[in-house]
Amino acid sequence: MSATLFLQQIINGISLGSLYALIAIGYTMVYGILRLINFAHGDLLMVAAYVAIYEILLFSLPWFVSFPLAIMATGAVGILLDRVAYKPLRQAPRISLLISAIGASFLMENLALVLIGGVPKPFPRPDFFSRVIEVGDLHILVLTIYSPIVTLLLVLGLFYIVFKTRAGKAMRAASLDFEATRLMGINLDRIIALTFLLGSSLAAAGGIMWAMKYPQINPFMGVLPGLKAFIAAVIGGIGNIVGAVLGGFLLGLCEILIVAFLPDLAEYRDAFAFLILIGVLLFRPTGIMGEPLTS
Amino acid sequence: MSDKLKSGLNVALLFLLFGVLFLFNRYGTGYQLRILNNIAIFITLAVSYNLINGVCGLLHLGPNGFIAIGAYTSALLSMTPAEKELNFILGQVIWPLGVIQVPFAVSLMAAGIAAAFFAFLISFPVLRVRGDYLAIVTLGFGEVIRVLCNAAERVTNGPLGLKGLHPYTNLWWSWGVATVAVIVIQRLIASNYGLALKAIREDEAAARAMGVNPFRRLMLAFLISAFFSGIAGGLLAHLITTISPSLFSFILTFNLLIMIVVGGLGSTTGAVMGAVLFSWGGEALRIVEQPMDFGPFTIPGIPGMRMVIFSLILMMVILFSRKGIMGRSELSWDYLESKLIARKAR
Repeated sequence: MSATLFLQQIINGISLGSLYALIAIGYTMVYGILRLINFAHGDLLMVAAYVAIYEILLFSLPWFVSFPLAIMATGAVGILLDRVAYKPLRQAPRISLLISAIGASFLMENLALVLIGGVPKPFPRPDFFSRVIEVGDLHILVLTIYSPIVTLLLVLGLFYIVFKTRAGKAMRAASLDFEATRLMGINLDRIIALTFLLGSSLAAAGGIMWAMKYPQINPFMGVLPGLKAFIAAVIGGIGNIVGAVLGGFLLGLCEILIVAFLPDLAEYRDAFAFLILIGVLLFRPTGIMGEPLTS
Repeated sequence: MSDKLKSGLNVALLFLLFGVLFLFNRYGTGYQLRILNNIAIFITLAVSYNLINGVCGLLHLGPNGFIAIGAYTSALLSMTPAEKELNFILGQVIWPLGVIQVPFAVSLMAAGIAAAFFAFLISFPVLRVRGDYLAIVTLGFGEVIRVLCNAAERVTNGPLGLKGLHPYTNLWWSWGVATVAVIVIQRLIASNYGLALKAIREDEAAARAMGVNPFRRLMLAFLISAFFSGIAGGLLAHLITTISPSLFSFILTFNLLIMIVVGGLGSTTGAVMGAVLFSWGGEALRIVEQPMDFGPFTIPGIPGMRMVIFSLILMMVILFSRKGIMGRSELSWDYLESKLIARKAR
C-alpha cells in the first residue's frame, strides 16, 4: 500500500472515529448516571437527520440555521424519551428498563417508517461541506476533515460543562453515588434531563454529519452506528467520557484499517466491532479508562 | 390433588389437543393450518427463550442467531444434492454438503445440536458477563451470525438464501416438538436445577455461597434453550420453504421478547399464552396494513403499522403492568383446583 493511500485511510479512520466518539458520549453519560444502555440513542441520529432534511426541503432554511435547529429538536426528543420510557421505571428491575429501551427504539424506527416511508431519501449535502481538497495525490472531501474538528470543539464544550460548572459537578456526583447526590438536595430529575439533552444533542450532531457522509437516509440508519458507538463506549470504559472519545476514534481507525489492509474481509466489516467488544469484555471488561471493578 | 389424577388429566389434555389438531388437519383450510403451525413454532421458541430471560433472569438478545443456525442446518441437510445444485448459483456448495441428504427428522435433530454446539462455544464469553453487557454481547452474536450467513456464499448461498425446501413441517411435527419442549423445560424449571437457576436470578452471590456453580447451571439452561430454538428454526424453514439471512434479523428476537413480556417473564404458561396471542393477534392486525372500505370512503392501509402497535404494546406492558398476564405463576391443576374450591366456599 502506498504512503498516500495509507494516509488517506488514516484520515478516513479518524473521521469515522470522530462520529463514533460523538455518539458514544451520549451512551456513556446516560450509563454513568442511570446504569442503562439507552438502546434508542442510535435512533436519535435518524431523528436529527430527518428533521434537518425536512427543514431544508420544506422551509429551504440554510444549513447553518437548520442544523442547529435539528440538534435542539433532537435534544428535546431525548428528554422526552427519558420522561416517557425511563422515568416511570427508576425503581424497577434493570431488565425492565432495558426492555423499555428496546421498545422505545423500535417504536421510533417504525413510527418513522409509517410517517415517512421506507424509501431512502438523499440528504442534500451543503456545498460548504462538499468541496474536495487535493494535496498531491490525496483527494479529501472537506467534510472528512471538518467532522473531527467539529467533534473536538463539541467535546471541549462538553468537558467545560461537565468539569467546570455546578451542573456538571452534580452530574459527576450522580454517576458516583445516585442516592447520596439526592440527599445533598440536588434535583436529580433535572440533572438526568440535562444528561439526556447533552447526549442527544451530540448524537444529533453526529447524525447530521453521518447523513452528509453517507447521504442516503432511512428510518433504520441509526441502528448500526448506534451499536458501534456503544461498543466504542465499552472499549473506552463505559461511564467515562474521555474513554468514550478515545474508544470512538480507536474503533473508527481499526474498522477502516482492517478493511484497507484485508480487503477480502470487507464483507465481514460489521462483525469486527462485535468481535472487538467480545475481546474487550473477556480480557478487560472495564475498558481502557474504566476503574477496575470492585465487588 | 393426587399425582395420579394430575398425570391422568395431563394425558387427557394432550389427547384433547391432538384430537383438535386431527380435526383441523382433516377439515381446516391451508390458512388455518399455517397459523396453527406458526403458533406451535412460536410456543417452542418463546418457552425456550423464557427459560433464559425469565427463569435465569439474563437478558439474552441473540435467539435469532440460534434460529438461523437451526434453519440453515436443517435446510442444507434435508435438500437433495440436485436441489442444492440448482440453488447455488454463486458458487459450488462446499463438500460434503453437496452430496449428502438425510431424512427430515435427522435434519431437525442436527439443527438442534448445531445450535446447542454454537451456544456452547459462545457461552464462555457470554456467561462471564451479566446485565446490560450480556444483552449487548448476545445481540452481537445474533448479528454476527446474520453477517456470516450473508457472506459465506458457499455454505448458505449468501443473500439469495435457499429456496424450494420441501414443506415437511406439518401439525404433528410442530405441535409434537412444542409439546416436548414445554414438558422438558417445565420439568427442568420444577427440578432442583430450576431452583438453582431461580436462586441465581434472585441473588447470584447468595446462590454461590450456597454452593451453586452459576456458570455450569446457566450453561445447561443456555444449551437446552438453544437446542429447542434450533429445532424450531428447522421447522420454520420447512414451513415457509424459503430462507434468507434477512429473515433472522433482530426483529425476530424483538417479537419473541414481546411474547414473553406480555405473557409474564418467568412463566412458561405466560410464554405459551404470549406466543398464541402474538401469532393470532399478529394475523388479525394485518387488517391495519390493508386498505379498508367504509362505503364511499377508503382508508389506505399503512405498511409497517403492525410493528408500531407491537412496540407500543411492549412499552405499555413494561411501563404499566410489568408482570404481564401471568407474572411468574403457572397455570397448574393445583392452581385451578384451589380457584374452584375458593369459589365454592364463597
